[in-house]
Amino acid sequence: MSTPEAQPMLWRDGRFVEDDWRFADDSTPLPDGGKLAVSKVRFLADRSTLITRSDGIAIALASGEALGEIENDLERLEMIALHFPRYADGRNYSTARILRDRLRFNGEIRARGDVLRDQITFMIRAGFSAFEVSHPGTQVALRDGRIGSIRHHYQPSSIDGGFEASGYVWRRLSNRA
Amino acid sequence: MYRYDEFDSAFVLERVAEFRDQVARRLNGELTEDQFKPLRLMNGVYLQLHAYMLRVAIPYGVLSSRQLRKLAYIARRYDRDYGHFTTRQNIQFNWIKLAEMPDILAELAEVEMHAIQTSGNCIRNVTADHFAGAAADEVIDPRPYAEILRQWSSLHPEFTFLPRKFKIAVTGSPHDRAAIQVHDIGLEAKRDSAGRVRFAVWVGGGQGRTPMIAKKIRDDLPESELLAYCEAILRVYNLEGRRDNKYKARIKILVHEKGLDDLADDVELEFASIRGKSLDLPAAEIAKIEAYFAPPPFDELPASSAIYDVAVRTDPEFAAFARQNLAPHKINGYSIVTISLKPIGAPPGDATSAQMEAIADIAARYSFDEIRVTHEQNLVLPHVRLDDLPVVYAMLASTGLATPNAGLVTDIIACPGLDYCSLANARSIPVAQRISERFADSSRQSDIGELKIKISGCINACGHHHVGHIGILGVDRKGEEFYQITLGGSADENCAIGEIVGPGFSADQIVDAIEQIVATYLELRDSPRERFIDVYRRVGVKPFQESLYVNA
Repeated sequence: MSTPEAQPMLWRDGRFVEDDWRFADDSTPLPDGGKLAVSKVRFLADRSTLITRSDGIAIALASGEALGEIENDLERLEMIALHFPRYADGRNYSTARILRDRLRFNGEIRARGDVLRDQITFMIRAGFSAFEVSHPGTQVALRDGRIGSIRHHYQPSSIDGGFEASGYVWRRLSNRA
Repeated sequence: MYRYDEFDSAFVLERVAEFRDQVARRLNGELTEDQFKPLRLMNGVYLQLHAYMLRVAIPYGVLSSRQLRKLAYIARRYDRDYGHFTTRQNIQFNWIKLAEMPDILAELAEVEMHAIQTSGNCIRNVTADHFAGAAADEVIDPRPYAEILRQWSSLHPEFTFLPRKFKIAVTGSPHDRAAIQVHDIGLEAKRDSAGRVRFAVWVGGGQGRTPMIAKKIRDDLPESELLAYCEAILRVYNLEGRRDNKYKARIKILVHEKGLDDLADDVELEFASIRGKSLDLPAAEIAKIEAYFAPPPFDELPASSAIYDVAVRTDPEFAAFARQNLAPHKINGYSIVTISLKPIGAPPGDATSAQMEAIADIAARYSFDEIRVTHEQNLVLPHVRLDDLPVVYAMLASTGLATPNAGLVTDIIACPGLDYCSLANARSIPVAQRISERFADSSRQSDIGELKIKISGCINACGHHHVGHIGILGVDRKGEEFYQITLGGSADENCAIGEIVGPGFSADQIVDAIEQIVATYLELRDSPRERFIDVYRRVGVKPFQESLYVNA
């Protein structure tokens, strides 16, 4: 989908906020301070120095990138960013659910890349809690509160807050429109 | 049958409102066709060769009279006065205006229907045995499980952007009428020695350009774990299924490349973290869904009917219909009636608004208000008293719906083909029509016996040609339509993929070729009781090749 891109904006807790994270690439020297997100490769390579940082670390994963090597470090991470190269590449919905449901990751799970208004409800229910949005229409829709018109869901959600059981074990009702 | 509760109704109305907004955004230019495409596909709206097409979900093929009347109304009001029943037990309307789609979805919502997940890379409409709740050989009614799966799979947040589409079928009979072994997941409900419900779970079947028969991944899944186990399979597929090539993206390729054992290990690992939690089905909730499918108030009747017997003796046309289009019912004094949508020379699976209304009337009066859609593109009245069969037959006959050809050579499955579909390489419907005309004679058909011809207009195999006793695949050869024949396919519990018999035939030659194959079968059979597929399994492809290409 070729859509004109706007400057990415971060949506978290129901509003656009200043992004407090820096994403480092794999080759440049690490900055001294500040919250820092790195790739899994970089994290594993520089693990011993990274885990001593006091300002918070995060890992940015590509679509479908396995969690195996970082499972034991999850409690050191404040945030995990999951990338959507195309909205139709749905692997990271499963990754988010595994992080929330099986691995009990409580930090921020951020969606990056091709993040569009008609997918954000699915992402929230799969456990995402922050969204980097470059798509102009989606930015407007979020600002205007025109996201998430479906409140009735036939699946348990990965985040219990905001969803209540409704009749059958598999059903949930979200209390916010 | 299942009735929407407030939750279901609210969900569907939310969905209609959402789609109305999306269509408005498309029509005012805010969305390009490219951006609109994934949104419309999630509501069953395709852009075909000539117009938008709407595919409406008929969950596991079960309809009430009221629903069928609504479909008839939609065909008349918004389309060209007919609808087309599909191999996924759904209905398609081929000539719909985009601007009217939201209104149609609102009309459908009034009768507890929708078009969600009839397309797109998600879990498609769940199908089941079309004789469910009626068949004499049924062990367990599959509909409650199909309904639970329908709910769980509706807008599943994790599984809406799978590598490719995903099809689930459920049966509860040892004789498989739901073709479970050519589905991504096939489920057979059965009882263990203690009488508890267990599922045999098949995974990785499918047709398309790489046809594969599913492999059994579990034989003993407890019913309470049905959703948890399916969720585990879907999660492994979502993460590991190929996304580099859409023709290798179905789960069958993952099963093939990874091997069943490794896949099963991964599934069990996921399953271990999912089971026993929020997807564990409480017996009371299964029972609550089962209650919707409680048997209708059948009368206590003798096993035979004098009225029926007299009609069979005195009316040869009724006798032919009874011989071919009835199936044994589990309750004494009742029968299952197949309404063929394959009248001689007509496009397979089409029904006019008037026909749909006539069937709705008959079902309301004589079949406890129920109609079924079969994956073979016919309709079914599941519960008709033997005493009522002559009058039901007469009513069907008066609207052209009493063709006595269920399971015979003219009961052909065909995809829409190049007459409608932008993917097709060749036309399917005209080939079906010409074969049907060639074998029009009713006694000749009856002499030939059970023979399933299935026609696809391209390698995507929507017409199920791989599992036809005789399969016909339309291909494009230098701009000309050619037809490749496969023999020996089967979609039932003895599932088999047909074998290519040899070089293809032109549109002019194909009907003669089919007739030659039938003639060869008639020569080879030991007795009229030896069906085409039995002969094929006994002698193989060779004698058919020899007779087909003798002059080549």
